[in-house]
Amino acid sequence: MSPDLNVVGNSVGRSDGIGHVTGRTRYTADRSFPGMLHLKMVRSPLHHARIRGIDLSAAERVPGFVRALTARDVPHNCYTILGLIGVEPEEEFVLAEDRVRFKGEAIVAIVAETEAAALEAVSKVQLDLEELPAVFDVEEALEPGAPIVTHWGNNTFMFEGHPCRRVRLGDVEQAFQQADYIVEGVYNTSPIEHAPLETTGCIAVPEANGRYTVYTNTQALYFSLDNTAIILQVPGSQLHFVGGTVGGGFGGKVDVIVEPIATLAAMKTNRPVRYTYSRAEEMQVSSTRSAWRIYVKDGVTRDGHIIARKVTSYADSGAYSRQTPYALTKHAANAAGPYAIPNVAIDAYCVYTNRQPTSAMRGFGVTMASFALEVQMDKIAEKVGADPWTIRFINAYHDGDMKPHRKLVEDATLIETMQAAATRVGHELPDVFRSMTSAPRDAGHDGGRS
Amino acid sequence: MASTIVAFELGGREVEVMVKPMTTLQSALRDQLGFTATKEGCRQGGCGSCTVLVNDEPMLSCLLPVEDVAGQRVTTLESLTPTQGLHPLQQAFLDANAFQCGYCTPGMTMLAQALLDHNPAPDRGDITQALTGNICRCTGYGPIVRAIEVAAQAMHAGEEGQPR
Ligand code: FES
Ligand code: FES
Repeated sequence: MSPDLNVVGNSVGRSDGIGHVTGRTRYTADRSFPGMLHLKMVRSPLHHARIRGIDLSAAERVPGFVRALTARDVPHNCYTILGLIGVEPEEEFVLAEDRVRFKGEAIVAIVAETEAAALEAVSKVQLDLEELPAVFDVEEALEPGAPIVTHWGNNTFMFEGHPCRRVRLGDVEQAFQQADYIVEGVYNTSPIEHAPLETTGCIAVPEANGRYTVYTNTQALYFSLDNTAIILQVPGSQLHFVGGTVGGGFGGKVDVIVEPIATLAAMKTNRPVRYTYSRAEEMQVSSTRSAWRIYVKDGVTRDGHIIARKVTSYADSGAYSRQTPYALTKHAANAAGPYAIPNVAIDAYCVYTNRQPTSAMRGFGVTMASFALEVQMDKIAEKVGADPWTIRFINAYHDGDMKPHRKLVEDATLIETMQAAATRVGHELPDVFRSMTSAPRDAGHDGGRS
Repeated sequence: MASTIVAFELGGREVEVMVKPMTTLQSALRDQLGFTATKEGCRQGGCGSCTVLVNDEPMLSCLLPVEDVAGQRVTTLESLTPTQGLHPLQQAFLDANAFQCGYCTPGMTMLAQALLDHNPAPDRGDITQALTGNICRCTGYGPIVRAIEVAAQAMHAGEEGQPR
């Protein structure tokens, strides 16, 4: 065997390991440049307000103040992160224009010689705000007369003209009639902050050749570069993004929040500009996982087979949708669970409220479906008087089953995973489940499902 | 506010910094001296990523005015690293994969060094107790605790690895 073909089956040391244990790994904020300026943000103290005026005069007198940036300075101020993959409409403002939609929304960027001067100038900016009614609950946001968060007149993201992502298989209403039991549940989850140990940040550096080098801890380097090019209306070739070392992300560093404004500040001042979140900003301003409310209604036969499942989900997107429509789509595709159910109806809504915007986080819409559905499976077990393992084995997907969104199941492993889990925890499984496999039903392994 | 000059020992070497009142040791190390192994996860005493040793005691450098270390002995991860190879703690962290992103590693390592200085043979309880102020958001603490156990044994065994 060739000497370099020896990796499979062996443990290979990480290329960045020595850097981590010696402290020589360079994270974004470990870099410094001569003449580097510091950017700090004036943020909305209110959840929802009209901006009547901004007075910068006292801030401009702070020693070390260099300049302020407002919405007027941003060439393409209204954008959508997912616009790169065709998602519309443009909806988020780099810097607020006439309205702020969540507490902490960026209004004015202050650039100063030192971080302390930037913070002092931020504290001196006078905002004239008219508070507006705010909404914080997904279902209240959909009621008539609710405060409207978006700039297009309703509080839902539109999926190809529909207010929700819809999946239909068979006829749930008819199947509910035939069911022996109806089992219903409503499941709520809280927003979750990723809380990476290194806060979000970047440094934008003007180069002699007219390009800008942006050192960033983004998890989505080219997404950030392309969105920055759109927002600043410059060719992508003028931007050189350097990333790769991220001090924890978990989905919290895929939004394009710090790079465009730091790069704009570097363009306007012709000096390196650092924009790094404080811990408070990371916790209170950066995207979180959405809060979800999920209604599940199942039609179940006496022996525990689920014959109909109806799921209505609401993700609280917060004030802007960022990557949440994508999470909704993944959620809708998985909201019936890893179970073979002949009749399914799923409506999944991405709802705008006046909360902190939400975005990607581990599992991305699927984790929340799993939480709701697995609690629901236990409820079904209780209702039909069956063991929770049984309910899962008899309903589990097999290869070749049709998923509600019309994809054939491939590489199903639920049955094998449950068998392994049972072994690990020392749970005795009946032979029928011990010998079951995920092989296609017509191969003779019908998994006990008659 | 007038600046003052503060002199202290950093990794066996005399250094001087010119600082405004209330400048933190963390800022002096990172922003003035370029010693960036000391991290800044929160700058408010909540995460432990900025842990350094002052006269062999672990301290949160983000809460420590640099004036307070005048004439004292400061040790950071940079000076823990030997000229050749790795310190037993570093080797153990590497071998145990006691990190994912690595951002907590410097603080964890300095804290572990202080623990082993005081208690060369800590049990699991001693280690987890010592780590309560240091947050890791990636790895989980299991590999970190195991790395410190292994390092303690290695430092115990060989004279070369003995704590100072
Ligand atoms: S930076 Fe000092 S404790 Fe977090
Ligand atoms: S390895 Fe990322 S915080 Fe510990």
